[in-house]
Amino acid sequence: MAGSTPASPTADGLALPAVMRARSNSPWAEAWRRFRRHKLAMAGAVVLALITILVLFGPLFWQVAINDIDFTARLKGPSWRHPFGTDDLGQDLFARMLYGGRISLAVGLAAMMIAVGVGTLVGAIAGISGGKVDAVLMWFTALFLSLPQLPLLLLIIYLFRDVLKGIAGPEVGMFVLIVAVIGGFRWMPVARLVRAQFFSLREKEFVEAARALGATTTRTVTRHILPNSLGPVIVAGTIDVAAAIIAESTLSFLGLGFPPDIPTWGRILFDAKDYMDIATHWALFPGGAIFVTVLAITYIGDGLRDALDPRQVL
Amino acid sequence: MSEPLLRIKDLVKRFPVKGGLLGGVVDHVHAVDGVSFELAPGETLGLVGESGCGKSTTGRCILRLIEPTAGEIWFEGKDVTALEGDALRRLARDMQIIFQDPYASLNPRMTVGAIIGEALIIHGLAKPGSKQFDERVVQLLETVGLHPDHRRRYPHEFSGGQRQRIGIARALAVSPKLIVCDEPVSALDVSIQAQVINLLEDLQQQFGLTYLFIAHDLSVVEHISNRVAVMYLGRIVEIATSKDLYTRPKHPYTEALLSAVPIPDPTVTRKRVVLEGDVPSPIKPPTGCHFHTRCPIRDLPLCSTQAPVLKQCGDGQWVACHLRK
Repeated sequence: MAGSTPASPTADGLALPAVMRARSNSPWAEAWRRFRRHKLAMAGAVVLALITILVLFGPLFWQVAINDIDFTARLKGPSWRHPFGTDDLGQDLFARMLYGGRISLAVGLAAMMIAVGVGTLVGAIAGISGGKVDAVLMWFTALFLSLPQLPLLLLIIYLFRDVLKGIAGPEVGMFVLIVAVIGGFRWMPVARLVRAQFFSLREKEFVEAARALGATTTRTVTRHILPNSLGPVIVAGTIDVAAAIIAESTLSFLGLGFPPDIPTWGRILFDAKDYMDIATHWALFPGGAIFVTVLAITYIGDGLRDALDPRQVL
Repeated sequence: MSEPLLRIKDLVKRFPVKGGLLGGVVDHVHAVDGVSFELAPGETLGLVGESGCGKSTTGRCILRLIEPTAGEIWFEGKDVTALEGDALRRLARDMQIIFQDPYASLNPRMTVGAIIGEALIIHGLAKPGSKQFDERVVQLLETVGLHPDHRRRYPHEFSGGQRQRIGIARALAVSPKLIVCDEPVSALDVSIQAQVINLLEDLQQQFGLTYLFIAHDLSVVEHISNRVAVMYLGRIVEIATSKDLYTRPKHPYTEALLSAVPIPDPTVTRKRVVLEGDVPSPIKPPTGCHFHTRCPIRDLPLCSTQAPVLKQCGDGQWVACHLRK
């Protein structure tokens, strides 16, 4: 606000006495104003933006091939030639991490979109239908919540890895599979959240007013209920990005993620584990990258929760 | 009286109460228990009673926002209870509602223009963004005393009274014939109440509107209504022109209500009728006359066994009491 307000508000008022201020604060603009007051969240946003820019445009400037093998420079610590050091084949870790970061972030975003999409759909249908449909869908959600996730994840990847690789190629096929399994196991909290929001919102007077105006159910949901239930969903979605990045690195660390030639952060960590004692830097850099990214996203989620909660006056 | 605009006959609404081990229906809340009245075109009927007596449920049943359990609702010769789908949605062009809480009744994520103009889009009266749409929204804003520039703002930027005006403009957008006013001023400051009441009266004159005015403030109702119906536990106990009801109430419950209205003059003394106890639960309403448990003039066992029906006892005054005729 400080930047846009004139130095003297009274002078402004005198200069434009009768003119109504045309500028209006939409709820989203209000939320953005509140978000900016959350220092940690803003720091998180800046860090995440930097990481994103780095992995997107970094390879344009750091033109070292990710599979450039150099046995004379095995397991070297950080230096000017190799800022993050090298691995056991003398490959440049900085280049590999810039490339892998793209995949890690993309997996996080895509898995979050699947989780939020499926969750919102299931929650919205349950929340607007109520009755038997709601009971069945919530039973289904509880079922998914009670599944032992990791063993099932491994099983699904074992079963479908080769099929998908055959259809879409090793890189895209694996990406689709990993995003689908991570997203497919994370939609349940979103579904419950959306359903609860729908239950409370559909009793609100403005929703009743829409029905009194003759609005169809579709219109009531898309124009009135859904936009007002998005706040908590966005917060949950942010946390989901962080959780998906961790889940991907877990899978990669177990050797079930992307193939070795696609160096996601989790995969680099997996490869580093055997040399932890002699080449600590190898594990520290990908681990640190995951840590910083997830922390930044979590703080952004924190800030969003405060900013999107209309009851909070800041 | 000419042909009524709206005729309600034996309207009943029971809400199921779920509970027990299996979550089955164990009981019913008898929110509206056989309500009948008529509304003439251009008239204002006040509907008063304590909280929970079924006033708002009655109003919402008329618009089919709540499905009535039984009874008939006739609007201009149409059976409202039989309408389905598109026909039911078209009913919205004839009947509208103004809500009590001006903070909960406007979508916080829509601009005022979008809120007011939504009905125009729903009923295909104007395309969003068209000149026609804009003109109608501006016209509606001016009708309710707001500035045309307000259409670009969001509800949270307005005061309670202004928000209620927005709600009124939204109801007027489809040019309805009947507006159910569900305690439209109860949530407002007294000074603002008068403004909104005056606005509603002006609009009635201007557009020939018919109001069903639900309230619990008797002085507000007296001011705006032609006739007043008093409800107690889901039933109408007395219905009369507002002059008759306020000067010579017949039903003991009406007497008690009126004696509770504060008189802004400390020197005036009058007989206070103080009722004992609380309103009985609408889950198990008393047998016979619902009011007999608290009635100062009851005649047992007659009052506790037979439910009194509304009987005419004078010109346009109807009362449901065994003892007052």
